[in-house]
Amino acid sequence: MNRRETLKSLLLAPMATGVIASSATSKINAAQARTWRALPKDYSYGRTEIEKESDAELFAEDYFREHELLTIAVLCDIILPSDHPNGGALDAGLPDFVEFMAKDRERYQLPLRGGIAWLDSYSLERFSANFINISEPERLMICDSIAYVDNQEAELQPGISFFSLMRNLTMTGYYTTELGFKDLGYVGNTPNVWDGVPENVLTKHGKSYEDEWLAKCVDQSKRDITAQWDDDMNLIS
Amino acid sequence: MAEQEYDVIVVGSGAGGGMATYQLANAGLKVALIEAGDYYDPAADEQRTQLRNPWESPRRGASTRRRPFGDYNSCIGGWDIDGEPYTNKGETDFRWWRGRMLGGRTNHWGRISLRFGPLDFKRHDSDGLGDNWPIGYEDVKPYYDKVDKMIGVFGSNEGLPNDPDGFFLPAPKPRLHELYFIDGAKKSNVPVYPSRLSILTKRINDERGVCFYCRQCSRACSIHADFSAGTVLVMPALKGGRVDLYTNSMVREVTTNSEGVATGVSYIDKETGQETTMKGRTIVLAASACSSARILLNSKSAQHENGLGNNSDHVGRYLHDSTGASRAAFIPELMDREIYNEDGVGGMHVYTPWWLENEKLDFTRGYHLEIGGGMTMPSYGFGFAANQYNEYIGERVGGYGNQLRDDIKKFYGSRLSIACRGESVPQFSNRCEIDPTVVDEWGIPVLRFDYQWSEHEINQAKHMQDTMEEILENAGGTLLGSKPGSDRQYGLAKPGEIIHEVGTTRMGNNPATSVTNQFGQLHDAKNVFVADAGTFVSQADKNPTWTIMALAWRQADYIVDQFKQQNL
Repeated sequence: MNRRETLKSLLLAPMATGVIASSATSKINAAQARTWRALPKDYSYGRTEIEKESDAELFAEDYFREHELLTIAVLCDIILPSDHPNGGALDAGLPDFVEFMAKDRERYQLPLRGGIAWLDSYSLERFSANFINISEPERLMICDSIAYVDNQEAELQPGISFFSLMRNLTMTGYYTTELGFKDLGYVGNTPNVWDGVPENVLTKHGKSYEDEWLAKCVDQSKRDITAQWDDDMNLIS
Repeated sequence: MAEQEYDVIVVGSGAGGGMATYQLANAGLKVALIEAGDYYDPAADEQRTQLRNPWESPRRGASTRRRPFGDYNSCIGGWDIDGEPYTNKGETDFRWWRGRMLGGRTNHWGRISLRFGPLDFKRHDSDGLGDNWPIGYEDVKPYYDKVDKMIGVFGSNEGLPNDPDGFFLPAPKPRLHELYFIDGAKKSNVPVYPSRLSILTKRINDERGVCFYCRQCSRACSIHADFSAGTVLVMPALKGGRVDLYTNSMVREVTTNSEGVATGVSYIDKETGQETTMKGRTIVLAASACSSARILLNSKSAQHENGLGNNSDHVGRYLHDSTGASRAAFIPELMDREIYNEDGVGGMHVYTPWWLENEKLDFTRGYHLEIGGGMTMPSYGFGFAANQYNEYIGERVGGYGNQLRDDIKKFYGSRLSIACRGESVPQFSNRCEIDPTVVDEWGIPVLRFDYQWSEHEINQAKHMQDTMEEILENAGGTLLGSKPGSDRQYGLAKPGEIIHEVGTTRMGNNPATSVTNQFGQLHDAKNVFVADAGTFVSQADKNPTWTIMALAWRQADYIVDQFKQQNL
């Protein structure tokens, strides 16, 4: 079981408050986090040698402590839970992605580390334990107070900033995976022949193509016929 | 190899160098093409980024220092390259982009392919600023025509006075957000036309494919259905057998003899660090406006004390980039869209050329509008501020849980953006020069930039902001962000950020105020030519690539003729 799966099983298993942390530590140690260190097997998307080397260095590095990773995982799971037909954040490879981005973009490191520390401090003050060690209803109470940007309470602002960053990374991390594509219904990134907005969509939006404009557009039935022009710059093929 | 004397040494494999190489080699000359970066072919699977899914990148396509336009962008290079610094003088904040690969910056550009119009060659006549070109539209038109037919550009003939017609391929139909733009512009009395991009919407020859509408020209096309100099010019030229390509080779200087005539170049093999000389009867510099200026300034000799071609002290001067500003809006009518594949071509399907030529304004020279939006492929950054538009429909911004999925779908493809690209006024004082104290990793003195926008560009940016705001609102949009004011120069991009630098080796009839003649030939050394945008006297509000290629072709004809007459 790799570290991602370990985290997921921990998070999905019904557990009593306080069990998560100690159990997580031992399981993560046992897994040795191998999959987080090695380059993915399908790692070939047009990289130069220098890029491959520098990414390999990033993969080999660890930035977060286990407690931090676990906290990130708990938050990702709250932001996009797995109880959905298209899966959730943990199914989509969060928090690996959050850790990679923190290594790739140093400017994320301090806000994430400091944000987790703020969250624990706030949680300790309110519920006498770190965020991951309080009950789920207690965690959600905290999230409710830091998840909305219109909350003006001064004391909560660092938490609100941190939660926004976590939400951004979780959402982008999820929607840039196959699960996210499916959830969105994205159908592009494939060879096709564009021939305008579908008629029913035009109607729905009250738009139409003017004939004069269409006359300038490609006749897709002739796209494969080699272009020829007359001397007056008119396309004649 | 180095002992061989080439008829022509071409430095740089982008638009200018690619065209020079193609034409000169096809005319029978023996050509050495020197490129500072590596070989690149987007058809090679190990180099392909086209049609990759975001999850293949561990950073999901986020930008890196090496690929500032994203992990899948084909162009290797950027504003900040390892071992290749540049400096800024005083308050200047010039950003210098360089491509380091076969095809140079044509791997990066937006394929916007606009001819300069008759007025663009004679701007001094309109506003008394800067200088006229020594040539006019009629001199370049035959070459624009040939470039259109050879390379391919879609667009439409509109009979506009300063945006000439061409031999166009048919345009793709507008996307939905572009129809919103058209309606918004119409309300503002701003015209809109099919855009003009060098993407093959129709077959042009048997070697290149026809666009399959993935919207990824920025990733370079594996079937060569868009233009980049590597795939469309250099690769075909290499097949003829008269071109030797030297990659990873950084030119230090042009070498000259005791008469001050160029004898070749010296360059560094980046893999070994070894410096080598190469002999050539004629040198064509096409390293990009600032790089070519740098090579000339670093080519000092007893005969050329200020650097080659610089008796006039004009090398590096009149550097100017396009102006740029942008704005975006949320279009409530585009909420909850039906999802279909609307990738289209790799860029806008519609655009607005400058439409206020004869209006009295508080700035001179115009700008055009570029349109963005649509249901684009999720990549790094997608989902950030997932439901920020809730603010505009009376709902709360933020939250967590499965409701965020609904928000994502609700707002997907509901953004419309405009980017303005305008003409700046060339200034003698805006320049690049050699920094006397800093060298790059090969010990070559680097460039130092000294550049300030004038009131014309700042006032133009203000006008851009007003225009964008009006059109976006007329399109039914709710403006995003705040309108930049005078404290931010109205959102005017930093010089260099638009990556259209021109003017550093400008052409002219007077050797005292120009670096080259009308063919890009140095006044001070007849066997040295410049084939990049350095020769531009003024830049128009048009993206420079099409003009670079037309002029490079014209220059190549001249060089061939000079060879025949034994003048070279």
